[in-house]
Amino acid sequence: MIALDSKIPDGPLPEKWERHRGRLKLVSPANKRKYNIIVVGTGLAGASGAASLAELGYNVAVFCLHDSPRRAHSIAAQGGINAAKNYANDSDNVYRLFYDTVKGGDFRSREANVFRLAQVSSAIIDHCAAQGVPFARDYGGMLVTRSFGGAQVSRTFYARGQTGQQLLLGAYGALMRQVKSGRVKLFPRREMVDLVVAEGRARGIVVRNLVTGALESYAADAVVLATGGYANVFFLSTNAVSSNVSAAWRAYHRGALFANPSFTQIHPTCIPVSGKHQAKLVLMSESLRNDGRVWVPRKGGDSRPPAEILEAERFYFLEEKYPRFGNLVPRDVASRNAKAVIDQGLGVGPTRVAVYLDFSDALAREGKRVIAERYGNLFEMYTNITAEDPYQAPMRIYPAPHYTMGGLWVDYDLMTTIPGLFAVGEVNFSDHGANRLGASALMQGLADGYFILPYTLGGYLADLAPAARDTSPKAFSDAASAAQARLEKLCAVRGRRPPQDFHRELGELLWHNCGMSRNETGLGEALQKIPEIREAFWREVSVPGSSAGCNQVLERAVRVADFLEFAELLVRDALLRKESCGGHFREESQTGEGEAQRDDTNFCYVSAWESKGPNETPEEHQEPLVFESLLLSRRSYK
Amino acid sequence: MRFTLKIWRQKDARAPGRFETHEAADVIPEMSFLEVLDLVNENLVKAGLEAITFDSDCREGICGTCCLMVNGRAHGRQHGATVCELRMRNFRDGETITVEPFRSRCFPVLKDLLIDRSIFDRIIQAGGYVSIGTGAAPDANAIPITKQDAEHAMDAAQCIGCGACVAACPNAAAMLFTSAKIAHLAALPQGRVEWRQRVLAMVEAMDRAGFGNCSNHGECEAACPKGIKLTNIAQMNRQFIFSSVFTAREKAEAS
Repeated sequence: MIALDSKIPDGPLPEKWERHRGRLKLVSPANKRKYNIIVVGTGLAGASGAASLAELGYNVAVFCLHDSPRRAHSIAAQGGINAAKNYANDSDNVYRLFYDTVKGGDFRSREANVFRLAQVSSAIIDHCAAQGVPFARDYGGMLVTRSFGGAQVSRTFYARGQTGQQLLLGAYGALMRQVKSGRVKLFPRREMVDLVVAEGRARGIVVRNLVTGALESYAADAVVLATGGYANVFFLSTNAVSSNVSAAWRAYHRGALFANPSFTQIHPTCIPVSGKHQAKLVLMSESLRNDGRVWVPRKGGDSRPPAEILEAERFYFLEEKYPRFGNLVPRDVASRNAKAVIDQGLGVGPTRVAVYLDFSDALAREGKRVIAERYGNLFEMYTNITAEDPYQAPMRIYPAPHYTMGGLWVDYDLMTTIPGLFAVGEVNFSDHGANRLGASALMQGLADGYFILPYTLGGYLADLAPAARDTSPKAFSDAASAAQARLEKLCAVRGRRPPQDFHRELGELLWHNCGMSRNETGLGEALQKIPEIREAFWREVSVPGSSAGCNQVLERAVRVADFLEFAELLVRDALLRKESCGGHFREESQTGEGEAQRDDTNFCYVSAWESKGPNETPEEHQEPLVFESLLLSRRSYK
Repeated sequence: MRFTLKIWRQKDARAPGRFETHEAADVIPEMSFLEVLDLVNENLVKAGLEAITFDSDCREGICGTCCLMVNGRAHGRQHGATVCELRMRNFRDGETITVEPFRSRCFPVLKDLLIDRSIFDRIIQAGGYVSIGTGAAPDANAIPITKQDAEHAMDAAQCIGCGACVAACPNAAAMLFTSAKIAHLAALPQGRVEWRQRVLAMVEAMDRAGFGNCSNHGECEAACPKGIKLTNIAQMNRQFIFSSVFTAREKAEAS
């Protein structure tokens, strides 16, 4: 039995982080260079963490599967980043951001972690502005903000519709500066295939060089995973095509617990699926809901063009049902309601699996120039994909998998259950509970990387004598030969079906049985079918070529093989959590009005799963969630 | 729709390459060009043949990973789009489409359509950032920045580092890429502190890498999926001259 100690510091909520920082042990400046740290992943959390650690003087080795650290999927985040700056003078403060985030996550996150996140949020904006991130400004030269779902204040900072890109380029610049200083060594086009644990501590990694195909081992005093989320388990998602769960999954099999895997986020505003060919789905930023109004015709099967449908014949379902928050309800609520009206037969467009997002009122009110300034690039993206002009006719949107709140279990120091293995950004589970609010992913990634990890990792290293970068221990060769055997096994199947075939099959199964709404029968069915798909995969997959040299089909096959294992854990978790909370909606647990019905008596905990071996049933551990400051209340946005 | 694709195949960095012809049937106009390559690859893999290697990731035009010459043009002929955004409705049914990697000696081919652009990281390493450590920043509103400056910086900062400018340039110059970063930071007070060192170091890194020089063809601007302007290059050249002269004078005075 693993003891789950979240190591939440004592004291009142607002003082916990300061107290803890004051108590964390330090590594002296002269000794820092003797420690080696591995960072896997170069998105916001990985790049900012690696750069900040190097600035402190540690030796950092950075790995990414792309050709450059700048390509990580944080770059695609559009809308913005939250911070409790109160620049808008609308009564925002740290407590309010904390409260909105815990409530938005449906009371399934840790109070202490979220409070810390809200506390450091302001420093992120300061730091990014100092890096030269070109945030939007007003004519007086000050930063401007906009509103996002789940908040009644305007606290979202942005750089047109490319906030993630600009923040990531800021962190990437900081990282490049450290590469030049010699404290960061960069290893691009490397994919982690295993974690090396020796004498109970994370001691290194094995990566596959994606150009030469060779397996390479690297040793360090600590390993940081910043490898992102697993929304691609659904096959179609808004994630980049190479985003995967493999690094986290390898860590899980080496002893790191996986927390809340069933907490997945379905984003309400994506461009609907148009056919089987699609490799991924494209998101339309949540910021559009500041000015766009979501509606469907009141009458089912109404196929008139939207402009001919009179105001009285339109069902603005979010505004009618949630007058206080209107179109800016949190993502899970917006997605479920879109699904509900479509299930009632009110969907629009050729496939009838879409709702309208209409800008005509905003265009009339603000004028085309203002709207173009706010969302121009998003409108262009939409036009390019659909060949329709949102300035003329409403967009058609539908929910799609987007983000995963679940991830590796970490304590307050962001350390997993394996000493020396840290997890930052989307790959950990820590801050968003059962649903993440818009513009909070960028905030969390950068909070972890710039302002939390550099302190807590130091606290861990301070108790540890620096080790040589020695990859000769048996744990390294064991991990490498196991990984090589897995690769050879995939190449040896010589079946007839490409890996993405199985991925698509898995994704469709999950989308229908474990997507926006879940029930016992569907989940049970999925739990039975996933092993069948997995067995078919190992029998029929085609991976032409060999493991030597560059082989993208093999890369894909490795990721799909891991998704096929991981999916089972996701469904198992969803089955066990018989309550509805946030993005996890169990049909058996809803209010009379069809809203999510939480069960705080039985499920007010974090589920953390322990691997018992490749073919064994995993064991669930529970970390009870204790709310000292907030009263557990039913989430209402009405 | 159906298409004939002439695709560059090359076993590895050292092997000679050649064109290989593939047919793509059952294409619909909504498909992106890379989804057509996915389709071709699916059929190859079903037949147990090695798939065509090409780079892509976000598939929505922001990560800058995809990099193909389509009918001789970087990212194809659709204006303001990366090749992952290029839709098949831009092609004639039955057309023969030629697909090659971005061409430049500075971007060596690794396999098929996969190239090595790590040289871009090295140009940024030379100075494409503000030298500020985490924790040292003043309040974000302490330094007002005019809306025009912020917008100007953002225009240049939108560069996705794909390398289309290099591939389109007859001289294989990387000046649009380099100047975009220089212009972005020079537009902001935070970035102006180091502008002189930055322009010298980045131009030197660019030259050392073996990229050519700008001779005002403007092909880079036409090919750029993000609308980065040629005027950035003019600004970089101006800054470079000023900075060179001042630095030389300072050195002379010091000695």
